Amino acid sequence: MDSEPLLTTSKHSRHISYRNILYHRFFVGLLLFIVLSLVFTVLFNLFSTSSPRTNFHEPIKLALLGLPLLELSKDLPKSESRLSNCSYWECFNVYRCGRGGHDKITVYIYPLNDYQTEYGKPISQFSKEFYTILDTIRHSKYYTPDPGEACLLVPSIDTLNQNSFSSEYVSRALHTLPYWNNGENHLIFNMLPGKPPNYETVVTLNTGKAIIAGGGFDTWSFRYGFDISIPVYSHIAERIDSIQPKQKNFMIISTQVNIPENYLEQLQNIASSSIDLLLLDKCKSPTGVVDYMKRCEYTTGRMFNYPEVLKEGMFCVVIRSARLSQAVLMDILASQCIPIVIADSIVMPFNSHVDWNKIALFVPEHNVKNLLKIVHSVSKERRGELYWQLRWAYDKYLASIEKITMTTLEIINEKVFPLAARMYEDWNMPEHLYGPVNPLFLPVTAAKAPGFTAVILTYDRVDSLFALVHKLVRTPSLAKILVIWNNQKKKPPPSDEWPVINKPLKVILTKENKLSNRFYPYDEIETECQLTIDDDIVMLTPDELEFGFDVWREFPDRIVGFPSRLHVWDNVTYSWRYHSEWTNQISMVLTGAAFHHKIWSWYYTHKMPAEIRRWVDDNFNCEDIAMNFLVANVTRKPPIKVTPRKKFKCPECTNTEMLSADARHMSHRSACIDRFAKIYGHMALQAVEFRADPLQYRETVSGIPHMYPDIGAL
Amino acid sequence: MQAKKRYVIFFVSCGALIYGFYGGFKFNSESVQSSLREQLPTFASFDDLTETQYLQRQPRLNSKPCRMETCFDFTRCGEDPKIYVYPTEGTVSQSYRKVLTVIRESRYATKDPNEACLFLPAVDTLDADHLSPEHVADVGTRLPQLPYWKNGRNHLIFNLYAGTWPDYAEEALGFDPGDAILARASASETVFREGFDVSLPLFHKEHPERGGVAPAATANLFPAPRKHLLAFKGKRYVHGIGSETRNSLWHLHDGASLVLVTTCRHGKSWKHLRDERCDEDNQEYDKFDYEQLLANSTFCLVARGRRLGSYRFLEALAAGCIPVLLSNGWRLPFDERIDWRRAVIWADERLLLQVPELVRSVPPERVLALRQQTQLLWQQYFSSIEKIVYTTIEIIFERISAYKASRHREALIWNSSPGALGILASYGDSRAQLPFTVTAPKAPLAPELLPAPLPAPAVPLISPPPTASDTYTALLYVQVTSPALHKLLANIASSEFCEKVVLVWDSERAAPSLKSLTRVAGDNREPLPVLVIDATTHYPGEGVAARWKPLWAVPTAAVFSLDGDAPLLAEELDFAFKVWQHFPERIVGYPARSHYWDEAKGAWGYSSKWGGAYSMVLPGAALVHRAILALYGASAPALRHAVQRAHNCEDILLNCLVAHLIRRPPLKLAQRRRYKAAHHRYKSSWSDPEHFIQRQSCLNTFATAWGYMPLLRSVLRFDPILFKDPVSTLRKKYRKMELVTS
Repeated sequence: MDSEPLLTTSKHSRHISYRNILYHRFFVGLLLFIVLSLVFTVLFNLFSTSSPRTNFHEPIKLALLGLPLLELSKDLPKSESRLSNCSYWECFNVYRCGRGGHDKITVYIYPLNDYQTEYGKPISQFSKEFYTILDTIRHSKYYTPDPGEACLLVPSIDTLNQNSFSSEYVSRALHTLPYWNNGENHLIFNMLPGKPPNYETVVTLNTGKAIIAGGGFDTWSFRYGFDISIPVYSHIAERIDSIQPKQKNFMIISTQVNIPENYLEQLQNIASSSIDLLLLDKCKSPTGVVDYMKRCEYTTGRMFNYPEVLKEGMFCVVIRSARLSQAVLMDILASQCIPIVIADSIVMPFNSHVDWNKIALFVPEHNVKNLLKIVHSVSKERRGELYWQLRWAYDKYLASIEKITMTTLEIINEKVFPLAARMYEDWNMPEHLYGPVNPLFLPVTAAKAPGFTAVILTYDRVDSLFALVHKLVRTPSLAKILVIWNNQKKKPPPSDEWPVINKPLKVILTKENKLSNRFYPYDEIETECQLTIDDDIVMLTPDELEFGFDVWREFPDRIVGFPSRLHVWDNVTYSWRYHSEWTNQISMVLTGAAFHHKIWSWYYTHKMPAEIRRWVDDNFNCEDIAMNFLVANVTRKPPIKVTPRKKFKCPECTNTEMLSADARHMSHRSACIDRFAKIYGHMALQAVEFRADPLQYRETVSGIPHMYPDIGAL
Repeated sequence: MQAKKRYVIFFVSCGALIYGFYGGFKFNSESVQSSLREQLPTFASFDDLTETQYLQRQPRLNSKPCRMETCFDFTRCGEDPKIYVYPTEGTVSQSYRKVLTVIRESRYATKDPNEACLFLPAVDTLDADHLSPEHVADVGTRLPQLPYWKNGRNHLIFNLYAGTWPDYAEEALGFDPGDAILARASASETVFREGFDVSLPLFHKEHPERGGVAPAATANLFPAPRKHLLAFKGKRYVHGIGSETRNSLWHLHDGASLVLVTTCRHGKSWKHLRDERCDEDNQEYDKFDYEQLLANSTFCLVARGRRLGSYRFLEALAAGCIPVLLSNGWRLPFDERIDWRRAVIWADERLLLQVPELVRSVPPERVLALRQQTQLLWQQYFSSIEKIVYTTIEIIFERISAYKASRHREALIWNSSPGALGILASYGDSRAQLPFTVTAPKAPLAPELLPAPLPAPAVPLISPPPTASDTYTALLYVQVTSPALHKLLANIASSEFCEKVVLVWDSERAAPSLKSLTRVAGDNREPLPVLVIDATTHYPGEGVAARWKPLWAVPTAAVFSLDGDAPLLAEELDFAFKVWQHFPERIVGYPARSHYWDEAKGAWGYSSKWGGAYSMVLPGAALVHRAILALYGASAPALRHAVQRAHNCEDILLNCLVAHLIRRPPLKLAQRRRYKAAHHRYKSSWSDPEHFIQRQSCLNTFATAWGYMPLLRSVLRFDPILFKDPVSTLRKKYRKMELVTS
């Protein structure tokens, strides 16, 4: 700064020059600022104008003000009319999907425009619901701002209600869309289709090849595997809470105000002869103003509040009227009343994935007179299933516009990417009601020939290990021995020291001394069945092992083991207690020697709550309890104990020192059970009173040679 | 200072401006947006939502394709719908003859056209391809001449091949099906009449009438160690419809993990039509064996042929090779009820080159599930013509019950073991009432409808079947009173879990008038209710076949089927029930028998002297689920007649039925061998050699009727945990059981 010497010249001049300098600086600063901002703006503009080249797209702003005005004149061509026999395979351009390495569909939303007719009238009314649909897509994982990369394109013209848009002009507007291409890969939302007098069951609009997510399809207008059926949204439903009365006061309620006359007559007949049906209508007031939040009984005029009254019904009637699908269905579902759908040929919302037979009753229009009979034949169990299922399905798929939109997109996504498809159970079986799915569900007795693989976890007890290997190879069905060497400090003995046996044996060195290593699904286990065995379990006879394997074959999804344990609830400490030996029940078998399917090792390693695995490895204990919990939780089946054997160690060798160790051990194990039960949220183990013995066990009379003569002692 | 302040103010305001311009704008617009959004109108007014119209009962519109509600006459069908098969006239192909026989001998058949709900023409409609040797030419004229045709209303027509070279049009059936339900193979999404037609699998001429090949890939190895990942071996059409897909398969072939080989050699004139790749393809083609490929690969490509369906689909299913479909728009067999997402992978003909990547990205646990499901479905619905035909009929009859009573068998029943053919559609309406899912926790009950605000319903309730509970019903079959019976009744009365005794009295003598059983001293429970049913008046002439008929009197899911003289202790009854609760789908009981193949006679033998294994547990002392007994009552007429004729073998039939159904052996308990008191006054028929021979012949009759021997062996029995252990008896819960020796 060369102003320094200037400042020191004189007081006066300093004052003046100081001011000058200040001004000077200010203007220089201002200039700099202006120049900089100019440069910045220019750069920014350059950057944004160059966007097509760099593939940068700004996400759409769903602004509602200052929309560009587009005037559509009558001479503009219209899009082609809807192709009634479209299928996914012919009308959907699958090549548009998966571009840019996406493994899910990508959805583009056209920018909003203010479309007007040449007379200045808007061609459609833009509704809150449609805005929410666009906004949901905009914020979903499927959204893309790049039309070139888009798999699905959504026009931003509101077509939800046939009464509030002009088919003529919207068809023209669709045709003006830059990527319309006869509607290919376009998604059109509609809830109320058709106009009087015919009330078509699909939106009257020239949609060409576009997919229609529509309410009120019938089986003729619905293009199977292509269109998507959505519910007619009701804004009343979103205000209904999930609190349920303790008791439902009415068997069947009908609150619909637009029941066609001939059906109404039949319902009135039922209502007049039975109190099981509460038939309600609009309340007639002298002023002629209808209060939509009130309903009155037909004959008595008793007044009820709507929608609160729906909660009082066990079943609620939704019946077709001018349109097949009625918004009242949403009110009914939200009120947790089991819907009775009376609408022939209706396509229920999301019918391709949501199983409506688990949610609603369906009565043919022809059969309305038998309504009561049908409802009464529904068993209590089914009533309960319907009741809980509908709540769950409503909350999951239908409860709001956001959910309806997302479900629609997910269904399309599953169609385009079949591997992303979720199973029936995922769509329709809430895990909190039905539990997890057993990975082994084929009812078979496993084959004997492949045999089993013995997995021995060992640390350094080489002598007993070798003894065990010698013993094991005498079991006919043993296919292979896998030694898991869990000692990182010491090398396993060299190969020439190992016993010479006629079965393959492989040693696997582990990286860390963890108990969970015994339940790792090693590639070397090539049989379905694995025998997990400790290196000191040398007392099992070949007959015992062979029989154990044969029992496992009959119950291949369970753990089959020898000594058993039991869990019991302690009423004093309010916790689970671990109980060993001499009980009349069992709920666990020790994995010191147990057969189980290899898949459970995979589950143990990859699917079991990580918390449990960590607990096991940190405490160096309870891996067997964890395994028992895991299998019991998934299969909801108890393990199977074979043969009378109760202990692996000799019962005589107990001394005082061991007893105290034993007590500590027991409290440790009890803590494990308590902990695991908490992690699973319930006690997964089940106690049973039986064990499996060979058919001829303890039989002396028959004279027929025993199949498994040497079933050991306790 | 002042300058500093100025600078500060200046920069702050600059910053504020910049922020206002770039950041705040967004914020502003968001808040404006959300308020604007609230001001937007809702999409439909109340009047829009409640538009009404006077609805006329719509006359059937000819222009629209058929649906059940427009083309089917439900009034013809009652509670137990029947099917009438026209008498055979003229030539009928071998496959169609099998179809006709299977239906005629089924429980669905009726001889009276007036009580029929469904009609099956005996005119062979399977092959509508007029170039085929099996084609029957005059179908078009013969169908309308059928006496009950009425434009095909309530008729069922089977068709495997439609259309012919060169376009293979699906509509070209050679006859007008009118309102008849078409059960057709190779249906496409566009031609298929949704909810009306039934989609069939394409099956070979050699497809067995009954029985069928057992599933081949029952090993649940994880991960599946198959040699090839994806396989296809088949002919390709060089030109014409459906040829494109197969013609481009060679692009994917790598000879190791992906084996996709095709040949042009088929038909007489293949050499004229050949293209440049034919020789190379043929060479690769001959390197691989078809059966080996199926058995050794994880996925099998099921590519469309001329028509959408192919034999390959069933072949892959049978081999446990997961089908990868390359057949756009094909309606898979029985997809109305079978959830194919569990068993196949859809590929897209348009994305052929992505298929390897697609199959590679299927995770191993999904592969395991998919393969098991292929085996399950194959066994339940496809392995024989009988199963395919029954499934078709069950689907149609279920539509009837859905129409009449809004009652469907759940999707889960259809898609898991034992499948819909193993569960009567009329039995109950909830899975909780069935034996196969007891392990699933019950859905919580809906709020009770208390009687206070609601008087008794206007229509009397039919009681639905019971769900699993903590009690059982003892169902006794008694031919004579004896001390053994009195002893048994006393034991039942002291059993902990018995809820009711139903005594089926089958004797010329008057039935005893027993209303309840008194408990032993010290037992404070109410007397045990007894219902005596006189079989001679209720079920005259049925004999032993009547023993499980009075299910209406059984209020529990567990039925303890007992012979009147079974010497069971109360302890044994209770232990059996405790075990059964864990295996409700099996027969759980005491007396076991075994079957064996008699090489010398070339027939099945029946033995009561078992060694290390057994295959039957006799329901003279065994627990069975009520739903299974209901199914027994509805088993094939031929089987029931065999039992009725022999006055014997009902227990063998029940064992065969259960084994056929669940593919698991029964469970034997503890040591007891015999279940008849060894010494009572009457000469036991069990020592009678005549009786034995009869049972042997029953066994063979049943094996023929099913087309295979359904029984399965087991080597284990279940004992109480401390059974015969050398510990103090005071510790043991079941002490007396140990003393039973024979």
